[in-house]
Amino acid sequence: MTIRMTRPGRSGILDWLIQRVTAVIVAAFIVAMLVWLLSTGDVTYAAWKGLFATAWMQSFTLLALLATCVHAWIGMWTVGTDYIQTGNLGKYAETLLFLYQLGCALVLIFYLLWGINILWGN
Amino acid sequence: MQVSVYRYNPEENTESRMQDFNLEIPRGKDLMVLDVLELLKEQDASVTYRRSCREGVCGSDGVNMNGRNGLACITPLSDVVKGDSLVLRPLPGLPVIRDLVVDMGQFYKQYEKIKPYLINDEPPPSQERLQSPEERSKLDGLYECILCACCTTGCPSFWWNPDKFVGPAGLLQAYRFLADSRDTATEERLAALEDPFSVFRCRGIMNCVSVCPKGLNPTRAIGHIRNMLVKRVI
Repeated sequence: MTIRMTRPGRSGILDWLIQRVTAVIVAAFIVAMLVWLLSTGDVTYAAWKGLFATAWMQSFTLLALLATCVHAWIGMWTVGTDYIQTGNLGKYAETLLFLYQLGCALVLIFYLLWGINILWGN
Repeated sequence: MQVSVYRYNPEENTESRMQDFNLEIPRGKDLMVLDVLELLKEQDASVTYRRSCREGVCGSDGVNMNGRNGLACITPLSDVVKGDSLVLRPLPGLPVIRDLVVDMGQFYKQYEKIKPYLINDEPPPSQERLQSPEERSKLDGLYECILCACCTTGCPSFWWNPDKFVGPAGLLQAYRFLADSRDTATEERLAALEDPFSVFRCRGIMNCVSVCPKGLNPTRAIGHIRNMLVKRVI
């Protein structure tokens, strides 16, 4: 996916489907969190920690984190290939696009690792 | 009425500019924008634009009128003029040849890409390939496109990726052949559209639907293509 990221060659259908599926996962996570917040009268540190100590919540959160990262990656790639063009940025466009995508990838990897650390770290 | 027209002449070697004209519009008449262009040409014969049928059939006089693409010959002034002023620019997103005339090369290239002709490798019947009325009705709202480019040049996705995104006009025609019961190249046509740019750059902005002078709906056609593509892999 990364090697072919600046060229049309990856599957548009796959990207489109992944965007929809990951959006549903993230939406379900947000709804679940809202339901929990509204149904839990007193959101204390203990209640919060208890929620994220359960295996299902850890798995669901990891799934939502992964979905967010994949969704953002495809979305940012799409935005990048729209606006970073030789037509408006000249010969540096290719390099800028690479740096932009590298930046996006680093932020997303950091976000994912940070999330895993919060879930399973001490 | 004040009419401001985009002027560019490659032979003068100067940058493009807007030129203002003051026009007397006959009272009690709702002129078409093409009539205004004809009046302008009486004042300045060098004002250049394309025109032919003057009744919305040939698709030659697509221009941008007060920020909105359309055919000058069937757009009444009452539809576009705000505050007694009219700004006329060439269709956006394509190179300007002169004044309101654009180079449609990129638009036609995308149209060619979708193979806008019937492909059928079965032996031809003795008379003609018949369709039932139901099969024929699937082409309604698709075959009427006159390729004026108002939709495609109004699409931001085409402005950004004119070489990769087919654009609404091309995709409407792509679906016209995908929906045709006599065409046997469905698989080949879909395979050519599955990359992330050809179809999937459509974000459903729907400028194409709002500007189409023939009242067609390219966004719906693109949705049908997307469904066919998705069904192909699931």
